[in-house]
Amino acid sequence: MLMFLLRRLAVALSVVLTVSVIAFLLLHLSGDLALAIAGPEASPEQVAQVRAQFGLDRPMIVQYGAWLADAARFDFGRSFYFRDTVAALVVQRMPVTLTLGAISLGVALVIAIPLGVLAAVKRGSWIDRAALIFCALGQAIPTFWLGLSLIILFAVNLRWLPVSGSATWAHYVLPSVALGWYAVPAVMRLTRNGMLDVLASDYIRTARAKGLRWPQVLFKHALRNAVVPVVALAAVQFGFMLGGSIVVEAVFSMQGLGHLAWEAIARKDFPVVQAVVMLLATIYIGLTLLADLLNAWLDPRIRVA
Amino acid sequence: MPLLDVDHLTIDIPTEGGLLHAVNDVSFTLERGETLAIVGESGSGKSLTSLALMDLLPSKAIRRARSLRFDGIDLQAASERDKENLRGDRMAMIFQEPMTSLNPAYTIGDQLAEALRRHRKVDRKTARDRAVHLLERVGITAAASRLGQYPHQLSGGLRQRVMIAMGLMCEPDLIIADEPTTALDVTIQAQILKLLRDLQQEFGMALILVTHDLGVVARVATKVAVMYAGRLVETGPVEAVFGAPSHPYTRGLLRAIPVPGRTRPGEPLGTIPGQVPSLVGPLSGCSFRNRCDHAQDACASEIPDRTVTPGHRMACILDPVQTWAEAPALALDDRRPQ
Repeated sequence: MLMFLLRRLAVALSVVLTVSVIAFLLLHLSGDLALAIAGPEASPEQVAQVRAQFGLDRPMIVQYGAWLADAARFDFGRSFYFRDTVAALVVQRMPVTLTLGAISLGVALVIAIPLGVLAAVKRGSWIDRAALIFCALGQAIPTFWLGLSLIILFAVNLRWLPVSGSATWAHYVLPSVALGWYAVPAVMRLTRNGMLDVLASDYIRTARAKGLRWPQVLFKHALRNAVVPVVALAAVQFGFMLGGSIVVEAVFSMQGLGHLAWEAIARKDFPVVQAVVMLLATIYIGLTLLADLLNAWLDPRIRVA
Repeated sequence: MPLLDVDHLTIDIPTEGGLLHAVNDVSFTLERGETLAIVGESGSGKSLTSLALMDLLPSKAIRRARSLRFDGIDLQAASERDKENLRGDRMAMIFQEPMTSLNPAYTIGDQLAEALRRHRKVDRKTARDRAVHLLERVGITAAASRLGQYPHQLSGGLRQRVMIAMGLMCEPDLIIADEPTTALDVTIQAQILKLLRDLQQEFGMALILVTHDLGVVARVATKVAVMYAGRLVETGPVEAVFGAPSHPYTRGLLRAIPVPGRTRPGEPLGTIPGQVPSLVGPLSGCSFRNRCDHAQDACASEIPDRTVTPGHRMACILDPVQTWAEAPALALDDRRPQ
């Protein structure tokens, strides 16, 4: 188990390093940085001064090393636009996005897994068909449209929930549904197919031959095995949600990381973009690692791999 | 009253091509302490017959019988709850795929204890002790330390021993073993068979052994039921059926066995030409007639149920034989420990 953990950690670290190279190059591939910082009206002398001041005249590999060392200490420099350090900006915006992502994933799993189990057990029934139609709808409806529709229905017409912002828990309800909706079809289908496979397996027949009752056969013996691939998918979906929260944060005017990234890209605020990319990638890799560990716990056969 | 009374059991499975008559009018009885071997080739309906007794048939399958009784309990009228209470407690089953029949996510100890705790009000300690006791009894060394292991950490032979121990957790009256040795090495096969035979005698259980291996039948069974294309073609005490096989199919099966000292190297073994007929759609007459050397016009119309000697029945229009010169000297003698 320890070897398994170490090997996974090593893989995760190498992926983080690869992402850091890409994030660093991102900055330099988009044109002359000194020119961008100094502004279009700057004289050549001013540009040269900026270049020296920001250390942009050093070799690329040295710049990368310095940047990586700073990044490792969570120092991404200063925002070109905001009068603040990038770290402070990110720390300020992060909780909103993480909370939104976590609740959205929760909403998605709470809907998708029971629905998938039900569809598998009642295979071919109207429940199964309704669930599959629900899935097709889920994938066809774009997030922004769903978000706006939810606002019109629940916030404007029914006045049950606030329209926008992220001040209270109530503010998170509609965005979470809008964002979580996206993950439901994939998780539900994977749960359904996993359950169908597992329910047809020999060990389920063994469980029934022991005289175990349905709930125990279903939840102890079947679901635990069926849910293994779902865990990996959920981690991936959570990553998508962090990235995809850009749209939802825009629709619901939430001051999160997505919103920050969108602003930073529009203003060519590269340090912020770099930091957001690095952070989201690291979180994503961390989640994948967590999913691996969770799977190893669920399925003992994985532990030796 | 026999422990098990199966009277005209029929299993139909709806398929896209029509109704598949997988098992047709199969009847037999089994007493406590007896070992019945159900023999037949793949698709003969032997596994479905055993699954039907446990009520573990695929959900599409339609089971009918004139009578299906276990220790006087009418299995056809019993509620789902009653049948669940019987399964694993008074009747247990050992499956032919030891590699896939244990749940990969739980330890051996958990899966063993569960079988007992489902039917008896016992604490974890008692269930654990029983599991260790039975693992030792089925010949697993360091039994206590095996409890924490997962199925993938055990070999096929060990897993099958675990399956057997699991079946014994509640001391069932009937144990059904569906090809318990097919997936195992030959040397392990012999050990598992001896184990099953010993346990059957020790616990006084009735044993149904589903197999395609006549050598296994000779070593373990007291009664044999030969199935072909969903029908029981010959049944009776092993000595009677092997000594005077009266159905041409049984004789064909016995001819296909090499006999030490009589079968010379290079000499072809007996084979039965032709193929098993399709069981889809309406059936009539003897289903073996298209492969039978003795087929006559009458074979297409009726299937007789004839008694050779008391307890020895067969379904053929040919006159039963009293002895058979070609009878292979199967190891009938080492069947029971003296």
